[in-house]
Amino acid sequence: MADVNRGNRPLSPHLQVYRPQLTSISSILTRITGNALLLAALMIVWWFLAAATSPEYFATADAVVRSWFGDLVMLGSVWAIWYHLLAGVRHMIWDEAKMLEIDAAEMLGWGVIIGSVLLTLFTIIVV
Amino acid sequence: MAFLTDRKRAVGWGAAKSGTEHHWAMKKSSVALLFLVPFFIFTFGGALGGTYEEVLAYYSRPFPAIVAALTILVGFHHFNMGVQVLIEDYVHGVMEKILILVMTCLSYGAAAVGVFAIARIAL
Repeated sequence: MADVNRGNRPLSPHLQVYRPQLTSISSILTRITGNALLLAALMIVWWFLAAATSPEYFATADAVVRSWFGDLVMLGSVWAIWYHLLAGVRHMIWDEAKMLEIDAAEMLGWGVIIGSVLLTLFTIIVV
Repeated sequence: MAFLTDRKRAVGWGAAKSGTEHHWAMKKSSVALLFLVPFFIFTFGGALGGTYEEVLAYYSRPFPAIVAALTILVGFHHFNMGVQVLIEDYVHGVMEKILILVMTCLSYGAAAVGVFAIARIAL
């Protein structure tokens, strides 16, 4: 009797009928930012390798990292890393079973978005 | 097994049969990065834009060099665990295994290159 109703159970929300919410969008952004940081991380490792190799190699890597393309990647990555860091803090709060109510969770979502923009502006000014 | 119900076979296993170790490893590395990343942003940000000699001199100092090496090491470890979950969610079958292997090689390969380069500059 326990093995009945196989394959006829409700499925998790399907993308086509799923209304985007702040909590779901901010969750997906956590994954996108975290994985997109690979590009900047590889560029920075290459920059260090070039600095450790020779002045000529450093000039090449440094020119790429400081080009308009490099600036664009670094600017985007500064925002991405602050966003991902704040979203991680949000997960630590949730792991303690705190602020899981919809109001509190949405407040945290806005906190992550606004906080990441402010920290990005702060980084641009200081660095 | 014929005497076991589906429920009896499933209780205590969860959908993936394991996962708490992976989750806990993500949590540990994320706490480490919570401290390392701000230090790295402001030390690396200060070094970027300098001349070759300035960069070498800056990363010969213990604090920036150790922060950079730790951030690269822990960061790529954290990335590898995260990208593994990403792959497991969207890719299945042989390609899933291949991609996890490729990303593992890339993560630890890049981490090794980064730590080697910083050690060579610092020492």
